Amino acid sequence: METPIAVKETGMGDITHSLRSIGIIWYREILRALRNRAMIVSSLGMPIIFLFIFGEGLSPSMGNLTRFMGGGADVNFIQYIFPGVIGMNVIMASIMSGVSVVWDREFGFLKEVLVAPVPRVAVVLGKVLGGATVGMLQGVMMLIFAPLLGVRLSVGMVLELIPVLFLLSLSLTSLGVAIAARMRSLESFQMIMQFILFPMIFLSGAMFPMRDLPAWMDFLVHINPVTYAVDPLRQIVLRAQNIPEQMLAMLPQFGLGVEVFGHAMTIQDDLMIITIFGALMVVLAMWLFSIRD
Amino acid sequence: MKIIEVDNLVKVYGKGKRALKAVDGVNFSVEEGEIFGFLGPNGAGKTTTINILCTLLLPTSGRALVAGHDVVRQQAAVRKSIGLVFQDPTVDEQLTAEENLLFHAILYNIEPASKRRARMETVLKMVELYERRKDTLKTFSGGMKRRLEIARGLMHYPRVLFLDEPTLGLDPQTRHHIWSYILELRERENITIFLTTHYMDEAEFADRIAIIDHGKIIALDTPDALKSMVARDVITVHTADDERMAEIVREQFGLDVRRNPDGRGFSFKVDGGAEFIPKFVEQSPVHVLSISLRRPTLDDVFLELTGRQIRDEEVTDKDRMRQRARMPVRGHIAR
Ligand SMILES: Nc1ncnc2c1ncn2[C@@H]1O[C@H](COP(=O)(O)OP(=O)(O)OP(=O)(O)O)[C@@H](O)[C@H]1O
Ligand SMILES: [Mg+2]
Repeated sequence: METPIAVKETGMGDITHSLRSIGIIWYREILRALRNRAMIVSSLGMPIIFLFIFGEGLSPSMGNLTRFMGGGADVNFIQYIFPGVIGMNVIMASIMSGVSVVWDREFGFLKEVLVAPVPRVAVVLGKVLGGATVGMLQGVMMLIFAPLLGVRLSVGMVLELIPVLFLLSLSLTSLGVAIAARMRSLESFQMIMQFILFPMIFLSGAMFPMRDLPAWMDFLVHINPVTYAVDPLRQIVLRAQNIPEQMLAMLPQFGLGVEVFGHAMTIQDDLMIITIFGALMVVLAMWLFSIRD
Repeated sequence: MKIIEVDNLVKVYGKGKRALKAVDGVNFSVEEGEIFGFLGPNGAGKTTTINILCTLLLPTSGRALVAGHDVVRQQAAVRKSIGLVFQDPTVDEQLTAEENLLFHAILYNIEPASKRRARMETVLKMVELYERRKDTLKTFSGGMKRRLEIARGLMHYPRVLFLDEPTLGLDPQTRHHIWSYILELRERENITIFLTTHYMDEAEFADRIAIIDHGKIIALDTPDALKSMVARDVITVHTADDERMAEIVREQFGLDVRRNPDGRGFSFKVDGGAEFIPKFVEQSPVHVLSISLRRPTLDDVFLELTGRQIRDEEVTDKDRMRQRARMPVRGHIAR
């Protein structure tokens, strides 16, 4: 089989054209998300179940997650699970946005994009940025539940959360696009949910503290990129909760933070890992996408 | 000028035992401004050929040039010069007609915005959807979506427009409608049209037709030349004494005569049927009650060449699924 040799195209005209194309692909993702009322409603349903039933229901038996300090300075289960549920919502929305490439293929629209005189790189970037924006908004939407649950919000915290949510969403949308790039059937979709999405969420510390885990599970938690995405969200939220400094430093000991080789991960450490993972995924998605049959 | 040149094109799907040669050494060229048709039964390799020409698929071997650009090495240049209407719908049902066109216009770099708007208006008016431009496509009928796809394929002034089964599954009125746009297009924009179909009557609109079967072109010519090449006119006669008259035709003209199944009249094939009729009536010793002439169709040509029928009106399951795919989808589709 002959390998395609792409025609080199340079010049400012082509760059502005590519940027505009990225823009319109991004815009379509946003329009589709906004028009899909059913999806917006159902994307709130799952977190409501987790926060109000799972969270509130388990609170009495979980009590304080940090045993000693007492006196209201401890981390309670709701404070713990709230950032986890934000993470879960963003992850689901992002992977779904990425994997929606399969729907575009099934309903034919992908062909319209693939025969257009636009570099594949621009197609992937538009898709990924669109998905990331939608994912981020889904995370921000969760913040409306905070007052109902007694989780304190501050302006600084929200401003800090937004870029982290975007980065998290960007890397997971790219993962979704990479998965979907060569996927040909809707049936594979169910499999993705069961074998990738749920394990990634449950093995990330989003739903229960990662304390005293069996070694194999501890290993999976540490190689799971989602772990490093949920951790900064939790650190940002807990910082805004009137918890003393010394307590915050001890979180990894209670399974509420992540330690790698004895080093407690800071927000910066986590973001670095997520950025590298995201960059790899974008490149992978672009590469898988430019293969022609 | 030749706008499409195809040289010994081969496409094999799969490997080893399961390998399938969908296109098997195809050669042809299309002149600029021509309407060129691909006619063949299901699975003949029509869509595969189009997918190679539009850079979606890599050929296994062979070469193809579109508007002077190689489809393997100069994808970007090829893509800029072509417009496409695929066999299966490729619109976004969640977007409005206008949004679908805007998306296309940006991807094809139609700038500035004023030019984009003007062009959008022209093509929407041409397919009579201007009034519906603000509606999402979920509310469109199959024929309306098809018309929008044709409008979209034209937006960027392509030099070649590929139409893969443009009217499959549509009612006769809509088919007629779509054909009037296609014919108008050639007048107005001097566009080259490459279309595939398995409707015989549609193939007749083409300037030249390639008949394709099992990945091979088995005949290529103008519709008239194809018909005169293999099949002759069919004349059906009913006379006061069919028995005797049939005998006369058999002996005097040396023709094969077939009695009609209903027992009334008989038929035979001749060259130049229109000239034959007056001669026949003049010489007939018995009273002629009725006489009719049927020109050969492309179906007769295909039958003659392959011993099979293309099955003009019969719709296969695959086609029926496609037809359904074009119906408006009610309710919501998960993303
Ligand atoms: N992606 C694919 N993988 C394997 N085989 C394929 C693929 N696409 C098409 N084929 C096979 O290649 C042959 C030609 O298919 P093609 O779609 O080109 O036919 P067609 O002439 O367009 O038929 P139709 O009138 O049904 O649209 C068929 O036998 C089909 O099953
Ligand atoms: Mg086809």
